[in-house]
Formats: sequence, C-alpha cells, structure tokens
Amino acid sequence: MDWFDSWGLTLVVFLPVVGMAALLFVPRRNEMALKAVALVTTLVTLGVTVGVLAAFDYGRTRELQLDVNRTWIDVIHSNYHVGVDGIGLPLLVLSAFITVLCVVYSWNHWPDPYNPKAFLALILLLETGMNGTFVAQDLILFFIFFEIVLLPMFFMIGVWGGPNREYASLKFFLFTLFGSALMLLGFLALYFKVDVDSAATGIQHSFDIVALSNAAGAGTVHGTQMLIFGGLFLGFAIKVPMFPFHTWLPDAHTEAPTVGSVLLAAILLKLGTYGFVRIALPVLPEAAKAWAPWIGLLSVIGIIYGALACLAQTDMKRLIAFSSVAHMGFVMLGISTMTSFGINAAIFGMVAHGLITGMLFFVAGSMQHTFHTRELSRLGGLLLQAPKMGWILGFCAMASLGLPGLAGFWGEFPAILSAFSPGNGLSEVTFRTFMVVAAIGTVLAAGYLLWMLQRVAFGTVKEEFEGADIHDVSMAEWIAWTPLLLLIAILGVYPNLLFKITDGAVVQMTEAMTKAIGG
Amino acid sequence: MVSPVFDWHALAPDLILAGTILVVLVAGLVLPEREAWQTSRIASIGALGALIPIATLAADGTNREMFGGAYVVDNYALAMKAFFLVVAYVTILLSVDHIGEGDYYQGEFYFLLLTSVLGMSAMASARDLITIFVALETISIPSYVLATYRKADRRSNEAGIKYYLMGVLSSAVMLYGMSLIFGVTGSTKLREITSYVVANGTSALIAVAMFMTLVGFAFKVSAVPFHFWAPDAYEGAPTPVTAFLSVASKGGGMVALLNVVFFGFYAQGRGPGAWWPVLWGMAALSMTLGNLGALKQTNIVRMLAYSSVAHGGFMLVPFAAAGIAGARGDLVVADSSFAAVVVYLFIYGAMNLGAFAVVIAVARRTGSGDISSYSGLFQTSPALAVMMTGFLASLAGIPFLGGWYAKFVMFKSALEAGTAWAVGLAVIAALNSVIAFFYYAGVIREMWFREPAAEDRSEIQVPPPLAAAIGLTCAAVVVVGVYPQLVARVGELVTRIGS
Repeated sequence: MDWFDSWGLTLVVFLPVVGMAALLFVPRRNEMALKAVALVTTLVTLGVTVGVLAAFDYGRTRELQLDVNRTWIDVIHSNYHVGVDGIGLPLLVLSAFITVLCVVYSWNHWPDPYNPKAFLALILLLETGMNGTFVAQDLILFFIFFEIVLLPMFFMIGVWGGPNREYASLKFFLFTLFGSALMLLGFLALYFKVDVDSAATGIQHSFDIVALSNAAGAGTVHGTQMLIFGGLFLGFAIKVPMFPFHTWLPDAHTEAPTVGSVLLAAILLKLGTYGFVRIALPVLPEAAKAWAPWIGLLSVIGIIYGALACLAQTDMKRLIAFSSVAHMGFVMLGISTMTSFGINAAIFGMVAHGLITGMLFFVAGSMQHTFHTRELSRLGGLLLQAPKMGWILGFCAMASLGLPGLAGFWGEFPAILSAFSPGNGLSEVTFRTFMVVAAIGTVLAAGYLLWMLQRVAFGTVKEEFEGADIHDVSMAEWIAWTPLLLLIAILGVYPNLLFKITDGAVVQMTEAMTKAIGG
Repeated sequence: MVSPVFDWHALAPDLILAGTILVVLVAGLVLPEREAWQTSRIASIGALGALIPIATLAADGTNREMFGGAYVVDNYALAMKAFFLVVAYVTILLSVDHIGEGDYYQGEFYFLLLTSVLGMSAMASARDLITIFVALETISIPSYVLATYRKADRRSNEAGIKYYLMGVLSSAVMLYGMSLIFGVTGSTKLREITSYVVANGTSALIAVAMFMTLVGFAFKVSAVPFHFWAPDAYEGAPTPVTAFLSVASKGGGMVALLNVVFFGFYAQGRGPGAWWPVLWGMAALSMTLGNLGALKQTNIVRMLAYSSVAHGGFMLVPFAAAGIAGARGDLVVADSSFAAVVVYLFIYGAMNLGAFAVVIAVARRTGSGDISSYSGLFQTSPALAVMMTGFLASLAGIPFLGGWYAKFVMFKSALEAGTAWAVGLAVIAALNSVIAFFYYAGVIREMWFREPAAEDRSEIQVPPPLAAAIGLTCAAVVVVGVYPQLVARVGELVTRIGS
C-alpha cells in the first residue's frame, strides 16, 4: 500500500474540498443530490481515515507516519509536510467522524434561511481546515488550515444563526483573528530565531514542526522565547478558549445553528489545545515551563468560573457552552503539568469532550427544533413527552460530569491527578492547590448538569406544551447519535483504546522536553 | 558628441505602448461616435501586445542598460512592466461598458489611461532622478484628468482639483529635494549617488534632501499624512478610474519609492539613518489611520480608498525593515524586503481590482455605492457575492486567498530585521489586520446576513468584459493563495541589480 502511505492523508484533507467543488455544480433545487454528494464525500473521507487507522503502525505511535514532505513554497522554505502520530491520529479520526454525523443530522434539520447547498458546502470546507490542522507538520501549513476554518464558521453562525447572530459571528472571527495574527508573528520569530541544526555553521532556519521540536528552542535566549511563547499562547488560548479569552464562546454557541455548535465544540476548540500539545510545548519547552503555572492558574479559574457561570444560565445552549469553558480548563490543566500523564489525559479529554459536548449540542438543537425554545424555565418533563430523548440527555449529562465508566471520566480524573506531581520541577505546592480547586470544580459540574437535567427532563410537562405534538428521536437523529453514544460508553469502559495510541507519542514528547530543560 | 546607443529590443515594450497611444488618439478623432468603443479594443490589443517583447526579453535574461545606467531593463523592471500592462488590460475590461454607456469621451479616456501606464512602464526602468521625475509626472498628469472625468459632477471636479493641487505641491517639494541631492553628490544617477554616499558618508543636507524626496513619493502612494486627497478623488472619479488609481498609480509610486530608496538612498546600509524612521512612521500611521478611517465609511468606494491607504502602509513596512537592518550592516534583509514589496503589490493589485470589478458590476444594478445597497446580494446574485467575499477576505489576509501571502512576506521582512522597532511595527501591522477585517466584514454581513432590500430580486447581469476581469482576478487570488510559490518565485528573481 505504498501509494496510500503517500496519498492517504492528502486525500483525507482535500477530498472534502473536491466534494465542495462538486456541490457547486449541483443545481440548488435538487436537494436530494446535494445531500447525497455531501454525505458521500464525508463518508469517503471517513473511509480513507479508517484506512489511515488501518495503515497506522501502533508499535511506532511516537513517530510520524504516512509522512509526506514535498516542497511547497520553496522561497520561504515552507514545505507541504503532513503526517500523523499518536497525538494527531485520534483527533483526525474524531474530526472526520463528527462531520459525517453532522451531515446525517442535517438531513431533515435545516436551520433558517434554508439553503442546503451553501450550508453543506461550508461544512465540507470546514472539514478540510480541521483535518488539515491535525496532520500539518509545517508551521505555515498549520497556519493556513487553522485559518481556513474561520470563514465557514463565520458564515454558519452569521447566516443560519439566532437573533444575535451578526454580533456573535463577528466577535468569534475578530477574537480568533487577533490571536492567530500574533501567532503568525510567533511562527516567524521561531523561524528566524531557532537554530534547527546546531552542528552546521550559522543559524539554520526551518518552519518544520518536527525539526523545531527537536531543536527545542536551541540558540534562542530566554527572554525571546518567553515573548514568542506569548504570541503562540494568545493564538491557541483564544481558540481553546481559556479564561479570560472565552467571552466569544457563549455568544457563538448560543447563536450558531445546531451543526455549527456541534462542530465548534467537538473540533474547533481542539485546534487550540492541540496547538499547545503539538507546537507550543515541544518547540519552546523552557518558556513553556515558565508559563506553565500561569496557564495552570487560568485553567483552574476557567474551571470554577465556567461552572459558576453555568449555574446562572437560563438558556440550555449557553449553559452547555459555559460547561465547555470548564471542561477545556481540565484539558489545559493536564497540559500545563507537562507530564505524560497529564497530556495523555488532556488528549483523552479533548476526544471525550468532543463526543459528549457534541452530543449535548445535538440534543439541545433537537429540543429547540421540537419546543422552539431553549429556556430552561419553560422546559420540563421531557422524560414524559419524549422519553428516549430524555434518557439520551441524562446519559450525556452523566458522561459530561465525569461519571466513571463513561468517557468524560478519563479526561477529567487523570488530569486532576496529574497536577499532584507536575513535571520538570514545576512547583508542587502551586499545582496541588490547582488540583484541589479543580476537584471542587467537578463537584460544581455535577451540580449544574444535574440541575439542568432536573429542570429539563424531570418534573411535569409545562402548561404551554401540554398536549403538544412532540416527536421523540427521529430516524436521522438515531443514525447520527448512536455512534456517539456507543463511543462514549466504549471509551468509558475501555479507555486504553485511546491511551494506547497516544501514550507513545506523549511520552516521547515529554521526555524530549525534560531533556531540553535539563540539558 | 556621441549619440546614445539604443537597444531597440529593450525599449520595445515602451515603444509599442507609445505607438498604441498615438493610434488610440487618432482613432478617437476619426471614428464616428457609435464606433468609438473600438478605441478600447485598440488599447487592449496594445497593452497585451507590449507583453510580447517582455516575454522575449525575459527569455533572453540579460540585464540591459542604456543612457549611462539611467534606464535599465532587468528582471525587476520586466516584472513591474508586465504587472502594469496587465493592470491596464484589466482596467480596460472594467471600463468598456462603464465608459461606453456613460456620458464620456471614449478615445481620450483610453489615451489618458495608456499614457499613465507608459509612465509606469518607464518608471520600472528608471534609475536616474530626472527619468524618475519625468516618469512620475507622466503617470500623474493623465491621472488628474481621469479623476475629473465625470465632467458634470461638481464633486468629481472638486476632488480632481484637490488631487491636482496636492500633487503639484508634492512634486515641487520632491523636485527641490532632488536638486539638493544633485547639488551635494554631483549626479542624478542613483548608482552614483550610492557610490558618493558610500565613499563620503552622509551629511545633514543629504538627509534633508532625501527626506523631502520621500515626502513627494509619500503623496503618490497616499501614505498618511499625505493621504487626504485619496478618499475624495476615489469617490469622485468614475469607478474604473478609481480602481486604476488605487492599484496602478499607487503601484507606480511604490516602484518609484523602491527605485529611489533601494538603488539610491539605501547605499549599502550606509545611507543616512534618518530615512527609516520616516518610513516607519508613515507605515504605522498609514495602516492605523487608514483602517480607522475605513471603519466609519458607509460608501464602499470610500471604504476601499481608506483600505488602500492602509495597504499602502503595509507595503511600507518592508522599507522600514530594510532600513533598520541596513543600519546594522545587514544587507540580506534589504533583498528580501525589496522582494516583499513587489510580491505585496502583485497580490494587492489582483485582489483590489477584483473588488472594484464587483463594485462596478453591482453599481450597474443599484446605481449606488452605499454599502447598504449590498444587502442580500448572496440571495440575488450568489456568484457575485461569493467572489466579493473572496476578494474582501483576501484583502483581510485570510488564507487560502492570496492576501495571506502578501501579509506574510510583509511580516517576514519585519521579523527578519528583528529589532524591537521592527517587531513593534509587525505587531502594529498584526493588530491592523484585525481591525481591517472589521470593515470588510461589514460588507460581507450585508451580502450574506441580510435580506435584499430592492424589489428587483433577479440576478445581476454582468457584461462579458467585466465578468472576464472578475474571473481573471479571482483566479489569480486563489491560485496565488494556494500555491504562493508562483509569485514568490518572481519575488526571488527581482533582485536589486545595479545597487
């Protein structure tokens, strides 16, 4: 399968764009054909991703596989370098997988103003950006894919969003653009400052993430490293989003159409955390160490703040959005410990959050579709009117609060635990304090999720919806949701499925960081 | 007296252009009114025909010098000539229906347009202060007339007069600066000015002279604080002329600035240290005030005018970077900065012309330049809306559209220079690219997020020449965005030969 080794990832990245181009030639009226093209494209992309899973050698998860390195912009020494290792693979699969479910869900849930052609085209463009980010091994290529996702999401929120969509979409865009502009400056500074081959005379420049990770900031003075890390931090932290850069998220989520919310929560937020793991930490370990306590601090503030904000929400989607701030806090806490334990947990947390919160947004979207409201005070008695949807909501709430046996647990619990003994000589006192605060956060999480469940699913049906014709879970919803629900349960029972893939790559990365900081 | 040696091959592009100008002028006089549109055809054939000797010269590859080094045809000159000719061709495509249907003289229009382009073409080769001055006036004088081409419109007249008066004033200041330089160095040839500075060092007088010369060029590229004419002139002129002014005239000014700064004042990094802070300040101010000015515009042409002031600021960043690095004897940055300006100009040309092409197409229906008249364009004319979105996103620097690479090379030159001043300028540029999206998004919001206001919801019909212009620029923007190596390679070829 030689051709697959060199073409597999390229197909995963660019098939969606090919599908999008095909969509443009399908007449607007022929809705069935539009849906079919989009579904086939995402399915084939998922198929190729499964092929990547099969071709991947699990004995060498620490190495980049299906590695392709071709010249692209020769003048600036930027290459088309793509590859996956144990860190990128789970997220790539998650991305290809969630997109298919989004297209399936869209089958009969079209937000206003109804325009399936444009909507599906944007989903496909988004997928190229997402998949590309997870396989890019060159900073410029990474930047391109990282930015490509902005416009489709901007339009998704702005055209198909709720009443406050114009404000929310622009806020989303400007926040992210601000971060990524400074991130690009950071990338350029890395290129000019870091010496990727200390044996050769003069500074050897490179945009290659692997080469830069191997150099680990060689030849760059501490102050410069700190500044560059600051640029990268802003780019990624706004995307995550970490407190205090999170304010775009509740607005974007509340206004976005269901599919937009799902993609935003499940994949787009991960671009930020993935950036920390893939680029910021390994490329500048020394600066990362100096920044780590502050990142940890912002993470736990995010955990508590997100949870408290959840308790104050009256809108179901807004509540789930704030819960994302808290959950991403756990992920970032795991990353900030700089231990293999913490970073493994963080990657698990990313996947788990993608599945669970994606699922919660699906349910919230369907609730709105049937009840035409997301006001918690107006909802109630879902278990009586639509028992299946009610049980699914309960299941997701349990998974989200970190119930052992479901996927959410394996993201949160080890992340908290990893703060007990942070790596690379980071202050134990500081991180153990973080640990305690984060643990309190899990209690609050249980509080707001159960409270939401109680208000939405339990109790009696509210007067205004008595006798209303409420549909329970539809066929398209079952098809879209079953795989997610199964995965949440499977990963909860057998987390090693994921840890086995990530561990090798994470251990190699943390060892390299320790070596760079120690030596 | 020895008569100068003419290299006819090297002069062929300019001669073809000059010949076309005469044919257009005569044809405009001879042709009956309803055949007057033929002049546009002659003009476009001439513009494209002049590309042929450029191709043969590029294939030949030798650098040709004439008149003691005052007139040079090298890769850089050829690349810029080709750029200006293509811009001229696209401008003609934009103009055909607009000028033909409006109450305008057609023959004279193309005559003036091509004359201005001839000045630009000469500017690309000029390596001598007098040649540069003559080329600059050849660019400017037809531009003044074109800016007032809406004869019956008082605003157009007022804008044109403003443009003219400020242009003449800046020319005078620049000429005075040039005369001082000649007085000190004893030469008008850029190369000899460089040798003089390298050998004798600088003096306060040279610094003042260079400062005055730069001020003159700052007007031509509408850099802050010499930009006041731009929004008025842009709004007052017929829209195709605005497109031409914002791309070609600005490009001509930039080329002049490139020539003077890199071939003359830079002087292997030994030029007076005073000029880079001037360019630094103009870059920072142009970006910031251009963007802030654009934020509050309700007319799309005025908005694009301020946006082009901001882009001028972005293009000045590499100049400042080269100066900063040159001050510490680092000449490598000068090479890459020089290329960065050229690359930025190419990409900016494609995306800005594209945006104006859509503006012209939409104005055919609405007759208005109000941003609010774009509401619901995605529903009525989805193709135009998508194209416009692409051009605006490209202007904002969003990948995978070409604009990102222009921004990228600009940032790169600043970070390559690496000092706190250079990085600070890069940070200002980064913040500005965020502000810029804010007003581009205003148009995008109208097109996509809002309902069409007009009763007439049929798709806007775009005449073939305009459609061709949109198609060409759109293809350029996308191809360059996905595979920037194409223009990057040009940037690599244009080296500072002769400096």
